[in-house]
Amino acid sequence: MTETPFAITLDVGSSRANHTGSWRVERPVYVDRLPPCNNACPAGENIQGWLYEAESGNYEAAWRKLVEENPLPAIMGRICFHPCETACNRVQVDEAVGINAVERFLGDLAIENGWKLPSAGADTGKRILVVGAGPAGLSTTYHLRLLGHQVRLVDSAQKLGGMMRYGIPAYRLPRPVLDAEIARIIAMGVEVQLEHNVVNIDRERTDGGFDAVFLAVGAQLGHRVNIPAGDSTRVLDAVNFLHQVADGDAPMLGRRVVVYGGGDTALDAARTARRLGATEAVIVYRRNQEHMPANGEEFGQALGEGVTMRWLSTVNRFEGDRLILEKMRLNAEGFPEPTGEFEELDADALVLALGQNTDLSLLDQAGDVVVNNGVVEVQPSMMAGASGIFAGGDAVPADRTATVAIGHGKKAAHGIDAFVLGRTPPIVERHELATFERLNTWYYSDAERTVRPELERVRRQSNFDEVVGGLTEENALFEARRCLSCGNCFECDNCFGVCPDNAVIKLGGSKRYEFDYDFCKGCGICVKECPCGAIEMVPERI
Amino acid sequence: MTTRPVRFYQVGSFAVGNRLLEDGDRTVQSDLNRANSIDSGHRACQGCGEALGARYALDAAMRATNGQMVAVNATGCLEVFSTPYPETSWRIAWLHSLFGNAPAVATGVSAAMRVKGKPEVRVVAQAGDGGTVDIGFGCLSGMFERNDDVLFICYDNEGYMNTGVQRSAATPPAARTATTDAVGPEPGNAFGQGKDLPRLAMAHDIAYVATATVADLHDLEAKVERAMQFRGARYLHILVPCPLGWGSASDDTIHIARLAKETGLFPVFEAEYGKVTSVSHIRRRTPVEEYLSIQRRYAHLFGKKPRTEVIARIQAIADRNIERYGLITDETVGATREVTA
Repeated sequence: MTETPFAITLDVGSSRANHTGSWRVERPVYVDRLPPCNNACPAGENIQGWLYEAESGNYEAAWRKLVEENPLPAIMGRICFHPCETACNRVQVDEAVGINAVERFLGDLAIENGWKLPSAGADTGKRILVVGAGPAGLSTTYHLRLLGHQVRLVDSAQKLGGMMRYGIPAYRLPRPVLDAEIARIIAMGVEVQLEHNVVNIDRERTDGGFDAVFLAVGAQLGHRVNIPAGDSTRVLDAVNFLHQVADGDAPMLGRRVVVYGGGDTALDAARTARRLGATEAVIVYRRNQEHMPANGEEFGQALGEGVTMRWLSTVNRFEGDRLILEKMRLNAEGFPEPTGEFEELDADALVLALGQNTDLSLLDQAGDVVVNNGVVEVQPSMMAGASGIFAGGDAVPADRTATVAIGHGKKAAHGIDAFVLGRTPPIVERHELATFERLNTWYYSDAERTVRPELERVRRQSNFDEVVGGLTEENALFEARRCLSCGNCFECDNCFGVCPDNAVIKLGGSKRYEFDYDFCKGCGICVKECPCGAIEMVPERI
Repeated sequence: MTTRPVRFYQVGSFAVGNRLLEDGDRTVQSDLNRANSIDSGHRACQGCGEALGARYALDAAMRATNGQMVAVNATGCLEVFSTPYPETSWRIAWLHSLFGNAPAVATGVSAAMRVKGKPEVRVVAQAGDGGTVDIGFGCLSGMFERNDDVLFICYDNEGYMNTGVQRSAATPPAARTATTDAVGPEPGNAFGQGKDLPRLAMAHDIAYVATATVADLHDLEAKVERAMQFRGARYLHILVPCPLGWGSASDDTIHIARLAKETGLFPVFEAEYGKVTSVSHIRRRTPVEEYLSIQRRYAHLFGKKPRTEVIARIQAIADRNIERYGLITDETVGATREVTA
């Protein structure tokens, strides 16, 4: 002890000797929560994660994070129906973040700069047969190569891409983009066999010595109904029609084209017909707009191109060049019922877009695979039966979108990996959902969304140029920065700043923060003022 | 298509930091090496607004003066919780004398520095609202009138809190304190009394007067920095919610300060030489109930029979502030909404 003045018995010291942490009954802890966009993404993308990189302008890092889950961002940035944006918490502030547009921006940038996918993993010596080169087949091929398995990719068509090439028109997905992203996967070292029809899956597997098979044969058969018509060449199905157009062999439809159906394929067929010279493209649908399954954005674009709608109608028969429609009404459950009233509509051709079926005849000899309602039953690992046959995409029960198929592909790749290596498939733990209520939206700047430009309507009626344009770099950055980073710390320093007790330690350099529990009194201000809800209070263990 | 410059990063300028901003545009508080003028281990209550406000203001002043600064403290919560002998939380040159004489002591320190030929050493005096508007007001008015080179900071928590929550001349109308019980026909503190110190300071025509809250750090730091650009008497009035005296949740401290500003009850502005030069506009207009109802000192206004006439009088105070300072602009959300009270 040093010399102290009169009547003073203690040395002066810092208050840090007083550990106020002992006052605490609850302690704050940092958490990572599952952002709603990630939760909604059928392909399992870490959207918040790649937006975080994009926010800093690290576009290559963002793209690398993106392709960890999905190797086709330029494609998905065009054709995905982005359930992520529907789930986005920003909807409750102003408008959803334009995730899809940023994804496309990153995808295009990668093609432009020739960024390559990661190299294949160390060879495991296992051989996998992938049947069908659509989104599911390509996705599983990519993930299998990352895991080090050898892949033979077979398809009955002349080119790779499946429905992305033969179902989706070029004005929605330009072929150079499709080709570039597919080529990048094939460049990882994939044995490709085109124009090869797999007739018997078991024989194909044994002959080739494959350890497992992934079936992604899609739903290529247009669902037909019998429409009485004097001239049967006037009736064709949308799947074949779009396939022929994709092959550069468009059929002659005439000036007045009627499309029957209410899904995305109906819109694609009607918009394609307009581009082929039809002056009238009418969609006949048995229910109303509210019940239409097609994507809203594309529906708006179709109307903008002069496609017209005939709601609450079914096609009864063709009489000469007149189509007889029956009017419908919706009953209390929303199902259409016939009214017995008929109308006429002039038509040169009728395109049926009434859904698609899967050709699963190649499974006829495979004993333990269960086919139900025309689709293959699968386990969570995407294995059908116990025989090492996996399936995904439109051939299994799920929403029939390319994004879902990509998700199936990834899941199946991990299922196949576990199967061929004799392991149990890993159980993926999911964080608790980052709900809107957990955000403190005061801290976010007001900023409405950047809308992608659309081609002048007149121009796009007559050609197959891409309709929706991309974002400029400036806009993409702006859009990325609208992300609220729900449930994941983005280092805004709020907790570090608002603590009245200096009990938050800033680690710096994207290492986030730590609490100093010696001094944290447990007031909870950091939790309340965290913009993204990445801190929570938990009861102190006493 | 719409194009606009990228002018923000998610949280713009609302949050403490921003990993993408240039260093110079970040707050002092986001700096790993901030002064931490008042250190951990102090005995302020959980969620103390004053401890937070003091660190915000003094760290900013430390940066503005390159650490060449002496702080003089009046008696009050801040002094009591930071220096129970033999501990001190202060990591800066710090001096405490009496309750009422902090402005005079600061004047003396300033004069001493001048005499010693150290004009670069700047002086900050600080007190709670009791030490400012009541007990220290004579000395403070004299300091203003002599234009002594001191920045005086009042941390306003609207009462004498560490002695048991008694009324001060900064306690707002209708608030319950130990000396203004919530009983009788006009429960809580009386209407029409008390002092509006920022306006009294402006009436001295001193170089700089400003108000701030702990809810807007960028604004608070900018005001400290601006204040240090002047020589002569300057005054900064910071609203610091008090969970103990206001009966609010400890995690609501910043939220309540924000509501005080957003309702218009606490106008945030700055003035030079007696004239208002800028105001912080209301971003999301909020009725006073939202501010009042989360504080137990106003609990008597709600309950089974809400005292709507009292709430209406408080709303009228907010509305008068909004008009007097022009707190609403076209960009204010809910600006045109009828405020019912």
